[in-house]
Amino acid sequence: MSRLRLAVDIGGTFTDIVLAGEAQWHTHKLLTTHTNPASAVLEGVRHILALAKVKSSSVAVVLHGTTLATNALIERKGARTVLITTEGHRDVLEIGLENRFDQYDVFMRRPAPLVPRERRITVRERISATGGVLLPLTSAEVERVIDAAIHCQAESVAVGLLHAWRSPRHEEAIAAALRSRVPTMPISLSSEVCPEIREYERLSTTVANAFVQPLMAAYLNELQAGLRETGIAGPLLVMTSGGGLTSLEAAATFPVRLIESGPAGGAMLAAALARRSELSRVLAFDMGGTTAKLTLIDDGEPEWSRTFEVARAWKFRKGSGMPVRIPVIELVEIGAGGGSIAQVDRLGRIQVGPESAGSEPGPAAYHRGGVEPTVTDADVVLGRLSPERFAGGSITLAPDQSTHVIEARLGRPLGVDARTAAQGIIDTVDEHMAAAARNHAGEWGRDLTGRTLIAFGGSAPLHAVDLAIRLGINTAIIPVSAGVGSAVGFLLSPTAFEVVRSRHVLVDEADQAGLLELFERMRAEALDVVRPLVGDGRLRETRRAWMRYVGQGHEIPVTIPDGVDNLSVSLTAAFLAAYAAIYGRVIPGQSIEALSWTLALVGETPVIPDVSMSAAAHPASGSGLRKPVTGVVERSAVGRSHPLEGPILVVEDQTTTVVPQGWQVTADEFGQLVLMANAGRKT
Amino acid sequence: MNQITLGIAWNRLLAIVEEQAQVLMRTAFSTVVREAGDLSAGIFDTRGRMLAQAVTGTPGHVNSMAESVKRFLTEYPLNILMPGDVLLTNDPWDGTGHLNDFTVVTPVFSDGACIALFASTSHIADVGGRGFGADARDVHEEGLCIPITYLFRAGVRDETLLRIIQANVRDPVVAEGDLYSLTTCNDSGAVGLRRMLVDFPEIPFDQLADHIIETSRTAMRAEVSALPEGTWRYQMMIDGYDQPLLLTGSLTISEGSIHIDFAGSAPSSPWGINVPIAYTTAYAAFAVRCVIGNHIPNNAGSLEGITVVAPEGSVLNAQRPRSVSARHAVGQMLPDVVLGCLAQVIPDRVPAEGASCIWNPVFMDAGETGGNPRVERFVINPIFNGGTGARPGLDGLSATAFPSGVRSTSTEVNEVTSPLVIWRKELKPHSGGEGEYRGGDGQVIEVTHREGAAFRVSKMFDRVHHPARGREGGGDGQPGRVYLSSGTTLRGKGNELVPAGETLVLETPGGGGLGPVSSRLRS
Repeated sequence: MSRLRLAVDIGGTFTDIVLAGEAQWHTHKLLTTHTNPASAVLEGVRHILALAKVKSSSVAVVLHGTTLATNALIERKGARTVLITTEGHRDVLEIGLENRFDQYDVFMRRPAPLVPRERRITVRERISATGGVLLPLTSAEVERVIDAAIHCQAESVAVGLLHAWRSPRHEEAIAAALRSRVPTMPISLSSEVCPEIREYERLSTTVANAFVQPLMAAYLNELQAGLRETGIAGPLLVMTSGGGLTSLEAAATFPVRLIESGPAGGAMLAAALARRSELSRVLAFDMGGTTAKLTLIDDGEPEWSRTFEVARAWKFRKGSGMPVRIPVIELVEIGAGGGSIAQVDRLGRIQVGPESAGSEPGPAAYHRGGVEPTVTDADVVLGRLSPERFAGGSITLAPDQSTHVIEARLGRPLGVDARTAAQGIIDTVDEHMAAAARNHAGEWGRDLTGRTLIAFGGSAPLHAVDLAIRLGINTAIIPVSAGVGSAVGFLLSPTAFEVVRSRHVLVDEADQAGLLELFERMRAEALDVVRPLVGDGRLRETRRAWMRYVGQGHEIPVTIPDGVDNLSVSLTAAFLAAYAAIYGRVIPGQSIEALSWTLALVGETPVIPDVSMSAAAHPASGSGLRKPVTGVVERSAVGRSHPLEGPILVVEDQTTTVVPQGWQVTADEFGQLVLMANAGRKT
Repeated sequence: MNQITLGIAWNRLLAIVEEQAQVLMRTAFSTVVREAGDLSAGIFDTRGRMLAQAVTGTPGHVNSMAESVKRFLTEYPLNILMPGDVLLTNDPWDGTGHLNDFTVVTPVFSDGACIALFASTSHIADVGGRGFGADARDVHEEGLCIPITYLFRAGVRDETLLRIIQANVRDPVVAEGDLYSLTTCNDSGAVGLRRMLVDFPEIPFDQLADHIIETSRTAMRAEVSALPEGTWRYQMMIDGYDQPLLLTGSLTISEGSIHIDFAGSAPSSPWGINVPIAYTTAYAAFAVRCVIGNHIPNNAGSLEGITVVAPEGSVLNAQRPRSVSARHAVGQMLPDVVLGCLAQVIPDRVPAEGASCIWNPVFMDAGETGGNPRVERFVINPIFNGGTGARPGLDGLSATAFPSGVRSTSTEVNEVTSPLVIWRKELKPHSGGEGEYRGGDGQVIEVTHREGAAFRVSKMFDRVHHPARGREGGGDGQPGRVYLSSGTTLRGKGNELVPAGETLVLETPGGGGLGPVSSRLRS
């Protein structure tokens, strides 16, 4: 039986492909074809199969992640969507939370809702907060709103009724009637996409799903057909934001769950590496061209969450995007990457990002018309990037351009030379990322000191040690194939599906039988998705309760222990332990409640095979690197036995690792670079 | 000391107070704190100067808290503070203007000396008395008042104080939970600060404080100096409680500073809408800060060049024992007065008048069940907003809080936590003033009791009789309305009964338009 697996990650700039065989893995990177993303994928697949000299029929499975859904939401290029919602509540999406996410800017603009008012159709019906019917839904009313939706030339229909998290019956009645009238119409029900209380967040998630659904279903089906034509008969599995792989059907039904699949892949890679090296406390650091992602990984697992915000439209501000409530790997994303633009603000402080020069025109060093200094330009001025080797040699850097813009935009206003200004850019962006990491760790009650940093993504190895020093971390690991980390992560992710239900339970009065029955139904639903994918493989079940003190508004996830006799007792103990871990003190005697319940079924997690990676050979070259770098070493020259002392640069295709003075680097048994602070050094 | 490093340390301090505010919101119990974000958090130096604040805070809290910490230090000077001490007050004249706001201050020690203080404020749902509303005749009717005192002393909780609080409020669980929440968020700030001191050993904290304040002061002064000097006046009539109130402001720009004088404004009201001067100053200064130098972080330095006075005994400088519970209903109107002055100086940066004060009705049971066992006791305090004024080049924002920074609460959450049904909550099209740029629209809210029972509503609304005025030829926004579906009109302020079977309708006000509507039609 063939064991070949293909992983494909479509990013904003590059499409990364990894072919995983039993003895060898091959990687390939090509430009994303934005107009028809499947074409780059298919071209790349053919190329890598030829490179590896294997037949397409021997590919057992294709694992896929894509930013397509995210991009469709950011660029607002999706289906003409109609929202059917409860009469009297037509503007929930537009009103939002009624706040200003930029407190001191009277010119703040709020992004328009994905569905304009004329396509928000209201229906006479009403479910109460307890799930009863306050106003029945008549069949004449159902027909009327379906007529109206058709009249709007709907390409996709979202149904989001008040309290549908409590009782889906009216939503289901509308869906059934719509299906019989227009069998081909894509339908997203809020009670299926996001059965959770809080109408704005639920409707936002449902509408986002409806908006990208036709596009994603068409794309995934086309890709599957293309793969079949190439001769690949194995199934196509899709990576979700929650770090699990799901079926094409589930992905096409709930495409909103595919947002952030790339970063999820990266987090899963870091988790797998942490398990392999038996590291119990890790900070994963993924830095690319426009953003950086940080993920806490404890005992080989990231944290999970259910809130995410996509398409932040106003200065990348929290609150200026669309909330989506989906299972996501808890990570913090910062508008800081190689392309992030640096400037001096009017208080004489260097500020970096969130604006990015992107790939067009890109940093000044690309010499493609970029006139703003970027983080990459600062790295060039400090001699940390080899002009010839950058991005595998696909772009030749122009150091003079970097020096020129940094001098003009930062050096002059600050009265310092280009090197000092460039160091200021690096310090600022690294401190910015460190602040985000500290804040994130604080939110989860975690300490960063003494962790191991695992750094991947094109820009991360340049900044890893400086970030580590700022966080009190004295070991950093640069894995093999850091540049295609997300796709490698897909290969290390399990098949999984998570189901959520809202049900308010006072923990002291928990209805044990009722909850077990609820879990039973959730388990059946998850099994429907997962079982066909894993055959008779083993499944691990994780149940979580989202809990708080009665009266609070923010719930924390609490893992429910397996096989307990008394749910009330075990939930209380688990909550108190989790609360104390996050906030330091518990409140004696306060009642506890649970609002939502999640159940995830997770298949077996693949282990990292002991394989060699194919890589094109380049001669080590220090030419063009600027002073005061003392040594440049090809990555393959870093050995296991003799540590190399900083300051040196370790170069390879795609990226450069900076080893500063006071640190040393070795390779480990897995070919990873291991950077360590010299003993006795205070960090 | 290098300027780049100081800038990085400053950013660190801003990140620390953001985290402090996050912890406060996540651990809070009162709905208006946890859902709406009615809170603030900041760090102060040992002279009581505010160095950084979380931008999630509401301006009324933040800028008054900026003054408050100095009062704490007067009562409890540095030489008697010890590690583990936590101080608190809800005195309207020492804190942020009404009894519901509790301010908690925690000193941070390093090498045995106090180096900084963290302060935080949140709105605790109930403090006894008449409850949150405008109907009290003096502050003693409004609930429990705690002067500046210890909540924790050297790490030990003051049990006596806590028992007094629990005995005087309607929901002791929430009150205790929120005091813990305030204490916990200051703790988190202290952890962040200690870590920062380790990471930046080369920066003495006093030097960083001076740098932040001096840089901000200089930057703000430069912004103000770029404006023409002179004095500008603006008047605005608002609804008041039972009779209209005149608000009069004059704004003087001179030598890089701004001075605002509310002389000529109405005298104190016999009802609970009076404003202590700290809250008046807070909102007047906020109005300046959001159109002049708004890129400069809010701190003692950037606020220093804005001075505010109001005659003692006026509604804007109320003296003890005036009632002040609904002080926001007047205080949040002040930015419109200040912006009205500034519109004469920098018309291209200033919006027209808006709905301005939040509409935050307190809904509660009517006290009697009428024999129906399904009629329960309840109290909720949701927040609804009207439209903001049109901006130069942009329409106003519909159903959006300004100047307050709070969020609304979910209809579903409101219905889960009360027996009310909100049948309607949607925009009211064309309620914003016409103009080249339109005012933001208000919204319509319809509320009944699920069991058809009577319920009460405590109202603190404005712009029912005095709508937001348009500017430069723009139309006025529509006024707010409060009525029963049977036709009876209710007052904009005060506690009234919604009889059994009736539907209460609230229409929040629209914002004012800017420029003649003919210019919009042309373009």
